[in-house]
Amino acid sequence: MSDVKKIATRDSYGAALVELGAAHPDLVVLDADLAAATKTGVFKKAFPERHFDCGIAEQNMIGVAAGMAAMGLVPFASSFAMFAAGRAFEQVRNSVGYPRLNVKIGATHGGISVGEDGASHQCCEDFALMRSIPGMVVLCPSDDVEAKAAVKAAYEHEGPVYLRFGRLAVPVIHDEANYKFEIGKGETLREGSDVALIATGLMTAEALGAAEQLAAEGISARVINLCSIKPLDTELVLKAAAECGHIVTCEEHSVIGGLGEAVCAAIAEAGLACKVKRVGVNDEFGHSGPAAELLAQFGLSADNIARQAKALL
Amino acid sequence: MLAARVRMGVLTATHGAKAGHPGGSLSAADLLTWLYFSEMKIDPANPHWADRDRFVLSKGHSAPGLYAALALRGFFPESDLPTLRHTDSYLQGHPNMNTVPGVDMSTGSLGQGISAACGMAKAAKYQGKDLRVYALLGDGELQEGEVWEAAMFAAHYKLDNLCLIVDNNGLQIDGPVSQVMNPAPLEDKFRAFGFFVQTVDGHSFAQLEAAFAAARAEKERPSVILMYTTKGKGVSFMENQVGWHGKAPNDAEYAQGMAELQAELARWEAVQE
Repeated sequence: MSDVKKIATRDSYGAALVELGAAHPDLVVLDADLAAATKTGVFKKAFPERHFDCGIAEQNMIGVAAGMAAMGLVPFASSFAMFAAGRAFEQVRNSVGYPRLNVKIGATHGGISVGEDGASHQCCEDFALMRSIPGMVVLCPSDDVEAKAAVKAAYEHEGPVYLRFGRLAVPVIHDEANYKFEIGKGETLREGSDVALIATGLMTAEALGAAEQLAAEGISARVINLCSIKPLDTELVLKAAAECGHIVTCEEHSVIGGLGEAVCAAIAEAGLACKVKRVGVNDEFGHSGPAAELLAQFGLSADNIARQAKALL
Repeated sequence: MLAARVRMGVLTATHGAKAGHPGGSLSAADLLTWLYFSEMKIDPANPHWADRDRFVLSKGHSAPGLYAALALRGFFPESDLPTLRHTDSYLQGHPNMNTVPGVDMSTGSLGQGISAACGMAKAAKYQGKDLRVYALLGDGELQEGEVWEAAMFAAHYKLDNLCLIVDNNGLQIDGPVSQVMNPAPLEDKFRAFGFFVQTVDGHSFAQLEAAFAAARAEKERPSVILMYTTKGKGVSFMENQVGWHGKAPNDAEYAQGMAELQAELARWEAVQE
């Protein structure tokens, strides 16, 4: 596994925007003084006439995006997850969500893998915030291939979409040639029957690693990747609950309000008997440190997923 | 004359709703009348016409005023005005672009409409569309920080197709704007932010006409028209009364207000004959 190619999904975002932009003149990009970090700078270089920097003013940026969408353009508004989903939450709700405007929010630097910047910049609440807005699609791709496909799907989807990308380079786990993406659909990356590991974002690669570890101990773990946090692929989740009876959800997000709770709600409402453990950031803030160290420290790792799965069984 | 009918629509809508915001709707009634009957390039038969001018009611609580103007202009039947705020009515308490013909942006949360207007104006420039974007803000609304983020954006991108109007009626929910949180001096602030600033009496059509003409002629800079108005204008007992910001007239008050506006209408008709 050591020679696996690693790409940060924010880089995939920038590359996908350039590719889509070439084909679609109605695609415009907004940024809030972070183009170098969000990677919309790549788009700016290719299409300077339709990359609009809004300065450090995320609330206005979301409103500007709403106005542009009302004029028929397809704006991708970018900032760090903390500021796009957090600071501008009410603008996203009232100026984008409520009028169902065709705005795409490209949020990079989600989760604690932001690393050294520390808690102020480590957004672990964006799924919770964005999921709660009626009609909002919430996507969190796991790797380069999925990220590019998600950006394309977001462009093609009519209505608001929130996309969460990461700062950290992560393994490419999908084969581009055979890959098909659909909003609202999850995918089974590995079959298994004792426990299902349902993961999103960079945790999907960790879940695959955990499944290897568990296999070595004779435990058959299914790995499901859910890029589409909302809408949730309830069918796939319930099937896993029914067939495996044990689920570990894995997300680089607070255990409150994210993928884990969405999965729990689906299972509980279906009345299925299934034990669930949510692996994510517990009710606490992050802190500064190298991303890899933080992920290990906060239990966002293959080791911890495997440990939690065994505890569940 | 038309403005008196817009005001009657405001009273009819808020009376029918038993709620809503008559004060700021009445202060803006003359401006809304001017915009919808003279200034803006619009087509009530085709509310989604792509090249129309856009209007954003950033002070979304003045929805009764906007609805009254739109109905009078023919976007939807005036007889629907009393359904304002009723369950299942398309006339929501604050403007909804997806339900009300003629509403160009959903607003209500203060400070947000101006950003959308900036986005529309910037999009029009990118699209090469020759249209203008108008946004009406309240004076209390200027306390929202987003207003100034948007003002910076408008000047930075030289949005000379954008015209803001500020309804300075001097009152907000907790009292006089100058006492709650004074945003003055407005002329200096907007000038410092890079705007072409004009100050008018918001109840003078002659002054509004001249200001909009000057704004249209202005190049490279966004415009703001600081419009001084009387909150509750046209209904004697509502004028300059903070209590009428968000309260509906009861039956007796409605009858008195309508009688005053009928008299105003009659005066206009007499002058015209």
